[in-house]
Amino acid sequence: MTSVLQAQALGRKYGRRWALRECTIDIPAGHVVGLVGPNGAGKTTLLKLASGQLEPTAGGITVLGGRPGSTPAQLARVGFVAQDTPVYAGLTVADHLRLGARLNPRWDATMARDRIAQLGLVPTQRAGKLSGGQRAQLALTLGLAKRPELMILDEPVASLDPLARREFLQGLMEATVEHEFSVVLSSHLVADLERVCDFLIVLVNSRVQVAGEVDKLLATHHRLTGPRRDPDRLPADQHVVSARHTDRQSTFVVRTDAPIHDPAWTVTQLNLEDLVLAYMDKRTEENRRVALEVQR
Amino acid sequence: MIWLTWRQLRGSAAMLAAVLVILAIVLALTGPDLASRYSAGITACTQDDTCDRFYNQFFGGHEFSFMAVSLLVLLLPALVGLFWGAPLITRELEAGTHLLVWNQSITRGRWLAVKLGLTALTAVAAACLFGLMVTWWSDPLDKSASESLALMAPLVFGARGIAPMGYAAFAFVLGVTVGMLVRRTLPAMALTLAAFAAIQLTMPLLVRPHLMPPITSTFELSKTNVDGIHIPGDGGATPRLSLRSAVPGHPGAWVLTNNLLGPSGRMIPASGDGAAITVSTTSGPCAPSASAGDSCMVEINRLGYRQQATYQPLERFWPFQWIETGIYTLLTLGLTWFCFWWIRRRLS
Repeated sequence: MTSVLQAQALGRKYGRRWALRECTIDIPAGHVVGLVGPNGAGKTTLLKLASGQLEPTAGGITVLGGRPGSTPAQLARVGFVAQDTPVYAGLTVADHLRLGARLNPRWDATMARDRIAQLGLVPTQRAGKLSGGQRAQLALTLGLAKRPELMILDEPVASLDPLARREFLQGLMEATVEHEFSVVLSSHLVADLERVCDFLIVLVNSRVQVAGEVDKLLATHHRLTGPRRDPDRLPADQHVVSARHTDRQSTFVVRTDAPIHDPAWTVTQLNLEDLVLAYMDKRTEENRRVALEVQR
Repeated sequence: MIWLTWRQLRGSAAMLAAVLVILAIVLALTGPDLASRYSAGITACTQDDTCDRFYNQFFGGHEFSFMAVSLLVLLLPALVGLFWGAPLITRELEAGTHLLVWNQSITRGRWLAVKLGLTALTAVAAACLFGLMVTWWSDPLDKSASESLALMAPLVFGARGIAPMGYAAFAFVLGVTVGMLVRRTLPAMALTLAAFAAIQLTMPLLVRPHLMPPITSTFELSKTNVDGIHIPGDGGATPRLSLRSAVPGHPGAWVLTNNLLGPSGRMIPASGDGAAITVSTTSGPCAPSASAGDSCMVEINRLGYRQQATYQPLERFWPFQWIETGIYTLLTLGLTWFCFWWIRRRLS
């Protein structure tokens, strides 16, 4: 299977601050990829690098085998819906479709028109007068009718109400089924991604913490609960993601390919949200562990 | 891309076109009348040698419209830079729409090329029409204007001929460049205005006088170049002579320096009411009792007083227009190159 996005030691600096560093990922084609992490983790930076809006400071990135944003042909293959789904406030809905038709050689006019009609948008209405949900749908339509091979969406539903959120994601999913393209979608809410993604990247503190297919991630991560134990005394093949301790009990989230046989542990399955939270927790947990050792 | 650029520009372009059409109509209706009254007046005044009075009267009667149209031509480039140049990029950045348009199947280099090209072309065309229309209309007035408002005078020069085209192109690209660097509309507009005003002042004060080597020459004193001779009534103080910013034989010349030379050929420093001269005011042609007329001037010339002036003659108006337009074109090209470099390398 080919890759839609490959990054090698990719990094981007703003002034003296690294917004993204040492990012090495390989996303195979045909997935709906969720990029999740807290605000300011570097999600937007990674997506802008992938769409060619930004140039990397370090490392390299290839999208669909080409350098992002380098040529009109490369731009035509990647759709991008930016954060807050910007549209031209002074232009009408029909103007936006015309803009898309004029600027994209592979423009699918029928699809764009049908989608607008289906959504109930009035072509003569100015985009500035649309609701947040309608605006997001218009931006999505522009991206979809370009008929991209990869669609990148940066927090597309962050500012939408729950209903508009569901409709937006539903529309996106229907289009992926119909036109078979890959999607990379970022959000700081796992609940948004849970329904639609089959591949997950967790980005915390400008570094990629974990990346992989959702099924595989869920199968290899376990929560262990049992008598208090030092994380260093866990088997070597059990990689500790997060650890919590009370006076008598320890709870670990571990990643391992091997089954867990230790009878001292109560093993529970994680859901996606638990898994993401465990990785987001990691940094603070590491600090807490140091404090714990000092206490003893 | 051309369609999108035009779609975003057409509102303000229509407004500009409306102003242009109104101005064209007004100028076309009044221009021929102005020209015929001028030629009639000149024919009349050359017979009885009262042309100075005619000039004053004719120009005075149209001074307001003269100033108004000149000001309009001077302002147009600044307005283009302010309202077309500065917001061109900042508007997109502030609304986030650059992320929309730069992700269509078009490189941002091409996007910028079409945006810059089409808008600049519209601005230059408007400035060209404005400039040439006003130049045609105000021709009789320019011929009768006093030295400070003649064709070569710093204020008027920039409002005539082809120079406004250069100014408009430059102001526009300056606005775009500042907008790219500042990234916010209002500060970009303020900075553009300040920078453009500074350059528009620097040009006539420091650069334009040296576009071609100015001519330095000495002239006999006459009514053309002498503003007045102040002879104190009590005879105690020294009489003073003040010069006009004009040189005999070169009407409409742009006088850069203007000094009175004494009989020894040395320059006499001038104060507010002129340079001191040594001439008898108690007797002879310059005495109060002497008959009014040119005899005093003849006497001063006889004593050896002369005007020494450095000037650019009126014949250099068109060469200067071409050179200045060329300079602004080069500046425009330089800034354009910078814009393309910046949008590829730095802007995101």
